Amino acid sequence: MIRLSRRRLFGAVGAGAALAGVGAVAACSTATAAAEAVVPFRGEHQAGIVTAAQDRLHFVALDLLTSDRAQVTALLKKWTAAAERMTAGAEATPGGAVNLNPEAPPTDTGEALGLPAASLTLTFGLGAGFFDKLGLAAQKPPGLAELPTFTGDRIDPAISGGDLCVQACADDPQVAVHAVRNLVRMGFGTTEVRWSQLGFGRTSSTSTAQATPRNLFGFKDGTNNLKAEDTAALRDQLWVQPGDGPAWLDGGSYLVARRIRMHVEIWDRTSLTEQETIVGRSKGEGAALGKAAEFDLADFATTAIDKDAHIRLASAQALGGVRILRRGYNFVDGSDGRGHLDAGLFFLAFMRDPQRQFVPMQRALANNDRLMEYVEHTGSGVFAVPAGLAGGAYWGQGLLET
Amino acid sequence: MFRRSHAGLAVLAAAGALVGCTSTAAPSNAGGAAGGPITVTAADTACELGAAEAPAGTISFTINNTGTKVTEFYLYGAGDRIMGEAENIGPGLTRQMIVEVPDGGTYTTVCKPGMVGDGIRTAFTVTGSATRSVNDSAKLAEATAGYQRYTASQIEALVPRAQEFVDAVKQGDVAAAKALFPVSRTYWERIEPVAESFGDIDPKIDGREDDERAPGVGFTGYHRLERDLWGTGLQPDSAAVADQLMVDIKDLQTRVATVELTPVQLANGAKELLDEVATGKITGEENRYSHTDLWDFEANVAGSQAAVAALRPVIDEKDPTLGPTLDARFTAVDQLLDGYRAGDGFRLYTELTPDDIRKMTAAVDALGEPVSQVAGVVTS
Repeated sequence: MIRLSRRRLFGAVGAGAALAGVGAVAACSTATAAAEAVVPFRGEHQAGIVTAAQDRLHFVALDLLTSDRAQVTALLKKWTAAAERMTAGAEATPGGAVNLNPEAPPTDTGEALGLPAASLTLTFGLGAGFFDKLGLAAQKPPGLAELPTFTGDRIDPAISGGDLCVQACADDPQVAVHAVRNLVRMGFGTTEVRWSQLGFGRTSSTSTAQATPRNLFGFKDGTNNLKAEDTAALRDQLWVQPGDGPAWLDGGSYLVARRIRMHVEIWDRTSLTEQETIVGRSKGEGAALGKAAEFDLADFATTAIDKDAHIRLASAQALGGVRILRRGYNFVDGSDGRGHLDAGLFFLAFMRDPQRQFVPMQRALANNDRLMEYVEHTGSGVFAVPAGLAGGAYWGQGLLET
Repeated sequence: MFRRSHAGLAVLAAAGALVGCTSTAAPSNAGGAAGGPITVTAADTACELGAAEAPAGTISFTINNTGTKVTEFYLYGAGDRIMGEAENIGPGLTRQMIVEVPDGGTYTTVCKPGMVGDGIRTAFTVTGSATRSVNDSAKLAEATAGYQRYTASQIEALVPRAQEFVDAVKQGDVAAAKALFPVSRTYWERIEPVAESFGDIDPKIDGREDDERAPGVGFTGYHRLERDLWGTGLQPDSAAVADQLMVDIKDLQTRVATVELTPVQLANGAKELLDEVATGKITGEENRYSHTDLWDFEANVAGSQAAVAALRPVIDEKDPTLGPTLDARFTAVDQLLDGYRAGDGFRLYTELTPDDIRKMTAAVDALGEPVSQVAGVVTS
């Protein structure tokens, strides 16, 4: 693992395989602080999916302002170069924060100067509008079909959809925000922010090496998540396979984003027994009811787990074997003006086919899950997430140069 | 008025006298166009020139307004850079415009009956080239001189239009004053960064009701009269406030003649005008009683474009890709605003939907980024 900070990158020489294209890698520090970790930007799949879930999120959805494919391509090239630099812990542009013409506005906004890479990943996705606006309808993958309206949905169009998205995850929130801000800035005139969401704490683990975090209901979330180590399951459930749709998305995935407002004040008045019955797990250990330890397999044949318990309805057993890779974050967007926190779970999940995986799962939950009394879905988006980039390639190249 | 107090354009040495407005300057003809001034017949729907070309150097035009509307006449270079302008030509009047055009090439003449829109445009060819230095500093000096001519022309137009507004207020003609308010502000808003450089004038002319003021200093200027006209009704001292506005504007006129701008200040002025749009106009903050913010919006953008256009030869030399981007983004904003025109003016801010405001924000963001690069490019 390579560790370097923006400060150390100045004047550094050499090149590392994990950073092909960045061109400058400092000597490894003797310190091994996790904050300094660099996640490789390029590879078979995009980073930020099976990457061990980082602690912080800044997610942004953007709309295209143009139907000019050349203009969009130029931006995607610029974004890719900046993204690769920032994920390596560098400024968005060489010397961009303070070393260029002092009469000009800096080309990097500067708030991440001196901060380490903090495991920053930038994951790029395309919404249905991208294909419609650029005349690429024939290349639109089937998984971008609109989601149905589920029972209880209160979707606000202003915080839904988008032609493009970037998921920035890092162990330092300032590093994630810096990355999104600089990409947004490069896009002015070509893209505009449609909506954006901060997440302050991960609610899922995507590796068996990670402890399971808790959501704002106080329960461990994602115990039975797809994990990076489940290679066979990832192939079946996560990565788009040849023949699924247009070839440019092979090796990619789909991202479903749902902003789930939680009425935490109401939940907090619910007895512990009731809470555990609704979820189907113990609150302390996180074990399935009737079991002792968190990772003991739930026994859905027993009545210990209520017939409408959340974990039963969402289980692969109840859904014909369907699983997804959850990568959500807790959020508190201030307060709602009526004396309650505007808090919840920003649900992010990656999967091979939203229509076959997310839709039946969410339909089952929306219709039967007693947790629905305490939540409402206020935002929604589906994005096609292309495969990872080979050296020199840019975001969207496989599609745009089809 | 800029809400944040950082200085806009610093006033430099007060010694240099500004070049007089081209529309009134005495003909200092140094090898003018052969055959004397070119006649321009400016009607309400036509703009006819006596000649379609002239040799480089000093070119004179005689503009005769045969129409029924007040008109303007311009000679534009690439990117609508103003080479010369004659503004505020009333029906039946004839004006002279003398302009220095050192480079041959294709230019555009524009008559603007009613003083709005893109005007009636005709290609105009300048042949040969006049002797001059072509080094950077000469180009930059020409840029600042060109912008100073623009500033002077705007002030020259501001004075009579403000006087009409002030007179209407003093006569208690509320309807006429309301109609003149956004129109007279247009000339002010185009050059506001220059006016802002006089720290004491801007608060008097363009302060807001809730600004903090020294003890004993009252709320005066455009927005005080705006409040009286749209909000409280005319007050016993409205006439006195109107008179004071005129005094302050004439003070500005005197002082602007002493301003010398640097190219960086010019570039930053262009950027600050767009900042103004983003923070004061798109929010509806500035004209909170009259809601005539789109008039100011259009004027700020026009002023920004004039400053950028003055610098255009330098920009084109240093970064050939920036100019076309600026052209496209200014055009996009102009076209967007055209969709909100109503009669001779614009729709009120209160008639805009959140989606309208979102579109305006995106267009101004798209323009603001390349305009913010101009200062760096001209100093590179």
